Amino acid sequence: MSLATARDIEPPPLVEMRDISIAFGGIKAVDTVSVDLKAGEVVGLLGHNGAGKSTLIKILSGAYRADAGEIRISGEPAVIANPRDAKRYGIETIYQTLALADNVDAAANIFLGRELLTPWHTLDDSAMESETRKVMGRLNPHFRRFKEPVKALSGGQRQSVAIARAIYFNARVLIMDEPTAALGPAETKQVADLILELKRQGIGIFLISHDLHDVFDLADRVSVMKNGRVVGTARTSDVTQDEVLAMIISGKCPAGATPGPGALRGQA
Amino acid sequence: MREIEFDPRMIGMVAALGVIWLGFNWLSDGAFLTPRNLWNLLVQTASIAVMACGMVLVIVTRNIDLSVGSMLGFVGMVVGLIQARLLPELLGFEHPATWFISILVSVALGGVLGLFQGALIAYLAIPSFIVTLGGLLVWRGAAWWVTQGQTIAPMDTRFRPLGGGIEGAIGTGASWAIGLVICALILAGIVLARRRRRRFGFGLRPIWAEGAIAALGCGAVLGTVMVANAYPLPAGVARRLVEARGLVWPEGGLTIGHGLAVPVLLALAVGIVMSFLTKRLRFGRYVFAIGGNPEAAQLSGVNTRKVLTLVFGLMGVLVGISACISTARLNAATNSAGALDELYVIAAAVIGGTSLAGGVGTIAGAMLGALVMQSLQSGMVLIGVDTPLQNIVVGVVLVVAVWLDGLYRRKLS
Ligand SMILES: Nc1ncnc2c1ncn2[C@@H]1O[C@H](COP(=O)(O)OP(=O)(O)OP(=O)(O)O)[C@@H](O)[C@H]1O
Ligand SMILES: [Mg+2]
Repeated sequence: MSLATARDIEPPPLVEMRDISIAFGGIKAVDTVSVDLKAGEVVGLLGHNGAGKSTLIKILSGAYRADAGEIRISGEPAVIANPRDAKRYGIETIYQTLALADNVDAAANIFLGRELLTPWHTLDDSAMESETRKVMGRLNPHFRRFKEPVKALSGGQRQSVAIARAIYFNARVLIMDEPTAALGPAETKQVADLILELKRQGIGIFLISHDLHDVFDLADRVSVMKNGRVVGTARTSDVTQDEVLAMIISGKCPAGATPGPGALRGQA
Repeated sequence: MREIEFDPRMIGMVAALGVIWLGFNWLSDGAFLTPRNLWNLLVQTASIAVMACGMVLVIVTRNIDLSVGSMLGFVGMVVGLIQARLLPELLGFEHPATWFISILVSVALGGVLGLFQGALIAYLAIPSFIVTLGGLLVWRGAAWWVTQGQTIAPMDTRFRPLGGGIEGAIGTGASWAIGLVICALILAGIVLARRRRRRFGFGLRPIWAEGAIAALGCGAVLGTVMVANAYPLPAGVARRLVEARGLVWPEGGLTIGHGLAVPVLLALAVGIVMSFLTKRLRFGRYVFAIGGNPEAAQLSGVNTRKVLTLVFGLMGVLVGISACISTARLNAATNSAGALDELYVIAAAVIGGTSLAGGVGTIAGAMLGALVMQSLQSGMVLIGVDTPLQNIVVGVVLVVAVWLDGLYRRKLS
């Protein structure tokens, strides 16, 4: 009853992942995980190495298909069988591995799979280069190496290309898997500003990061994972960084957080 | 070099070709650089060059196709059977449609066989090395089964020009016309590219560099036409040509040049279409992206399996074209046609700068690579090197070329 009234006031979340599970050869990489994301919200996904963060978001981005569970976009059940489906729902992803084709240039990577074409259905390389110059200008104003294969770029420049690809296509949902791992302080600041700007535009963002400070600065809520399961979810205003650190390390869920299936039980 | 966007590897290849040509010319006392020898050299290169275009794409996607030689043998036998046995019965001997139906069947059959192999590789995830190694055995066996090993000859007279020879020379006037059209296209291409770059405000090449590129391109085209036109037809053939037009054969005789050969034009057309495909169409972009990082291509929404299947299908289509060229050239279909071609085709692509690690390669490079391979072979025949030594030399050159290319690449990165 209260649920029904809540629904009436509040629109359904932009993304709901419910009881998602996936196993690789017997190892449950993601085990009955539920997370959600509202429009204009930044949700931090935290957890130690191998906790299952990347695997979870790869299910949302269409790279993997879940063994069980349900994805809803704006309240409607969504079928995401491949990356193209995800993009159709407006879900863009910056992968931890960046997922760039090293042998082609920045423009070819940004528009890969969604090339701009001339009226004769040939590649419009000039238009793509021109757009690339615009979007890269927002992220990394010093970037000049538009003609070179991405292989020749620095780690930070490559990361900028991957971010540019995700933000160019007017995403509704942005998944950022350690987007600043290779960036210098100035570029990291630029990405942080970008995240806040996108948030203002009403885009929902899943942010995976190992930097607790960053996450606390940017995220509205955090979900902590451990061994493929959710320890708990909390508003960043309701918990301290130390409490979240304890969630990550020991799986202990503090009072300010909603415990998940992975929370340590039987202890205070 | 950088601002004018010349490819240093391409310049190296042209230089290597120059050295080979001058070397053989010196060793053969001037017999190599004659219109006659160069004309034959180009005709002999055509079949391998056509297939090398497809092999570039196959290798760029980190795959290999070992079956092309055997497939050529099988397709050639089927084409021979159709035009020498089946169509004469159905349509009548030397029917005007025979040559066309033959080409169509050849290309379609090659395409289907290629798609089939590609589907096994892309959808069943069997390594291409294994699938096409199997194909190498299967298609060679199938080529024998078509006629229980019998050779089929002769071919239809309208089909034979595909292989070159006197009937496959288009004449001097037509050669000039084609040469001039190609030059016009080169110039138009340069002007259009420049205009586009200016419209988006990108940097432009200096005018002298554009001029040099235009001069080199047009020079190569018109030079080829001149050489082909300088190779005279045998007097008897020339006389028949003249008399067929109702003219009188002059007292002192008359020299009429061959002009460009049909298979060379065919190879050129294939090269242009394939270059366009790889550089200007989405398909080509996907092929290279898959070669650079298959996972990234897939995550970007590229249907990598479909693209891979199509790459092998395209390879098969080109095998079909080459099967026509070599069957017409031999004027016979034999079940051993195309034996070892896979190795020459792969060598041409690799010498032409295609990286076996995937992601890198050009059509023009592969065609030049085919010309280098054929120049070596023809040159050695010309100066009387016996077959075993020819193989040794070609093998050594291949290994050394790939070693040098690797050195160059490492120096770049
Ligand atoms: N394709 C795969 N095949 C087999 N196992 C996998 C695969 N992908 C992930 N795993 C396993 O699933 C678990 C979760 O991995 P995942 O990459 O999601 O962790 P993560 O939380 O992103 O870690 P990190 O912080 O190091 O990026 C790991 O044990 C990993 O070994
Ligand atoms: Mg990860």
